[in-house]
Amino acid sequence: MPANRPLPGLIALSFVAVLVGGAFAGLLAEAASDPSGAAGAFDAYLGRIVRFTLWQAALSTLFSIVPAVLVARALSRHPSFPGRSLILGLFAVPLGLPAIVAALGVLALWGRAGLFAAPMAWLSGGDWPGIYGLAGILVAHVFFNLPLAARLLLEALEAVPLDHWRLSAQLGMGAGANFRLIEWPALRAALPGAAALVFMLCVTSFVIVLMLGGGPAATTLEVAIYQALRFDFDPARAVALTLVQVALTVAAVAAMARLGASPTGEASLALAPRRYDRPSTAGTVIDAALVAAAVLFVAGPMAATVAAGLDADLGRLATEARVRSAAATSLLLAAAAALLAAALSFALVAMRHRLEAAGSDRRAGFPASLLEWAAGNGALFVLVVPPTVIGAGWFILLLPTGLVFAAAPVMVVAVNAVMAMPFAVRAIRPAYDAAAARHDRLAAQLGIAGWARLRLIDWPVLRRPLLTALAFAMALSLGDLGVIALFGSESVRTLPYLLMERMGAYRTQDAAGLALMLGALCLALMAAAGRLGRERA
Amino acid sequence: MSGADVTLSQVRFSYGAGAQMLFDLSVDASAIVALMGPSGSGKSTLLNLVAGFETPASGKVTIGGADVSALPPARRPVSMVFQENNLFGHLDLAANVGLGRSPSLRLTRKDRDDVLAALARVGLAGKEKRLPRELSGGERQRVALARVLVRDRPVLLLDEPFASLGPALRADMLDLLRDLHAERRMTVLIATHQPEDARAIAGGIVFLEDGRVAASGPTGLFFGPERPEPFARYIGGKAASPPG
Repeated sequence: MPANRPLPGLIALSFVAVLVGGAFAGLLAEAASDPSGAAGAFDAYLGRIVRFTLWQAALSTLFSIVPAVLVARALSRHPSFPGRSLILGLFAVPLGLPAIVAALGVLALWGRAGLFAAPMAWLSGGDWPGIYGLAGILVAHVFFNLPLAARLLLEALEAVPLDHWRLSAQLGMGAGANFRLIEWPALRAALPGAAALVFMLCVTSFVIVLMLGGGPAATTLEVAIYQALRFDFDPARAVALTLVQVALTVAAVAAMARLGASPTGEASLALAPRRYDRPSTAGTVIDAALVAAAVLFVAGPMAATVAAGLDADLGRLATEARVRSAAATSLLLAAAAALLAAALSFALVAMRHRLEAAGSDRRAGFPASLLEWAAGNGALFVLVVPPTVIGAGWFILLLPTGLVFAAAPVMVVAVNAVMAMPFAVRAIRPAYDAAAARHDRLAAQLGIAGWARLRLIDWPVLRRPLLTALAFAMALSLGDLGVIALFGSESVRTLPYLLMERMGAYRTQDAAGLALMLGALCLALMAAAGRLGRERA
Repeated sequence: MSGADVTLSQVRFSYGAGAQMLFDLSVDASAIVALMGPSGSGKSTLLNLVAGFETPASGKVTIGGADVSALPPARRPVSMVFQENNLFGHLDLAANVGLGRSPSLRLTRKDRDDVLAALARVGLAGKEKRLPRELSGGERQRVALARVLVRDRPVLLLDEPFASLGPALRADMLDLLRDLHAERRMTVLIATHQPEDARAIAGGIVFLEDGRVAASGPTGLFFGPERPEPFARYIGGKAASPPG
């Protein structure tokens, strides 16, 4: 199809390449200009940070996955009870919640002035210092990842063919045999992937550790990079930290790929299949207790966020000039990032499909097949490089020019857009490929191409997936603190940045109010994305 | 063990708000009866009602004279073979067949011998350590039949068991099924789309339409000049030639 030029796809790929490449250029240039400084940064301090990064990620994974197995099994054993879909919906919420909002929710419960402070002080027989350090990090990570893992594992259990449950009922298998012969094999197949995904999310977790780490004893690589650049002004150390972080994430992503996990992993739980086994009364009670405990654990911080937020002076906050301008900045930057993410993703998806179609006509040459691979996987590739790392690279690159803070809006939009691309591609690609398979030959025969095709053929079919991608990308970008933490300043302030400032200034009530606004905004967008995505099918 | 007669008396059933089905039929002990009818006519539902995977809204299912309507699937004297997914992919053939003896796989020496004998009987001797994925579709259904042998229940239900097999394989499987029936004399109800299946092994045909028995009788009648009108409509030109 000569009328379809690959130009937009190439531009999209180049954009990603420049963004990631620029970051590495900045890092390498710094390392080259000060090799002894960078090498000197590989010291005992770095070793301690690496150890803590891995240790907290391992513990977070363990504490997320083990309960998730029990909860998923409990939910799959009871495929229909009132409130089941509500619980599954609740378990999808943390995925859409900005990390900073979740961190505040955890503090509103377990912090020094949290709801549980009094009972905890009574229990410990003295002062309750609040949940900081490793414990705080773990609670927040489990809050995010237990529901995610439970949903992924439940999906694996619900993929067991209905006939197997019938067979089990006919052969008279009990709960033990069901677990050993049906449930565990299904879980075992999904466990490594789910664990690897959780581990990777925890290795690259930034905001949680920044907010709840509470000191140098509980610092991860991501937070150390941020501190090296923003506080210690030590680019050489930042380079060393960044290189180690990239090595770690590459290893984690490689492990994930081997284990068959999707880095954008999200479970699709349609209709639960019927089951023919009847759990015993004792089993049912245990299942109910497990699910209730998980629900309380996940709902607790959210409820606390809402309670603390409503306690704040929302009226004053809403009219405060700084809040208004931060909200406007946030919305503007997030909308720009979302548009960019959707456009880049669409271009890549279109190019990948076109190259694939061309490749099936004739044996694709080396450059074409490489390009097709890049278009298909380029978006996923950016997950290897966390936003903080890209931000750090550009921060160092821009430092000599004095444009660091002026570049803030551009950096926020560009990095957030690229970070949202894997998710946007996932939303757009199936619909695009299906539509193209149906329409390509007809469009070619009728000579519909270029802009006319986009308007008449593609847009009506792809409007929904594109809107899904937009809403999702906007929510991700709205809640992001990774890039703005580095580049934010008096002149460019987003809502999460303002929230962090207020927290730092111990204006806890303000922070709680802002968290409620931000959380509500992001969840509304996520809900819209989910809805648009579902109705498409 | 020989067969047991199967009766559905005024069995009413519907999926949620779906159309009402009403089944009323009886099958003699040790007979082979083919259930035929268009998709959605209720063939699988009827088998599921006998197996206990569905519960009638009203009416009675009896097997060997005993009312089984309230019994869970495992307590019914029935084995069922599905179109696919009859085997657990991570268990070898011996274990998959052994499940027919003990649902927790606690097998005695004799159980193990019976499993090997059953696998040999269906033509899979020496393959007991294989995994299902190493087998062809036809071989996997043979394993399911081996499990039927070790379970040794008086009623065998088959839900389009050979639908995904080619013609030659299907003929082989029908031969095997006929031989097994000759040895064990269990009552067989087989749902199928293929008139040839019914002609090859069934003594009688039950023809379903819209959740009801539209016609039933000996197989010869269905392929003779006096074939029931709904069945004639269903197969159209297919049975224009006289049975050969």
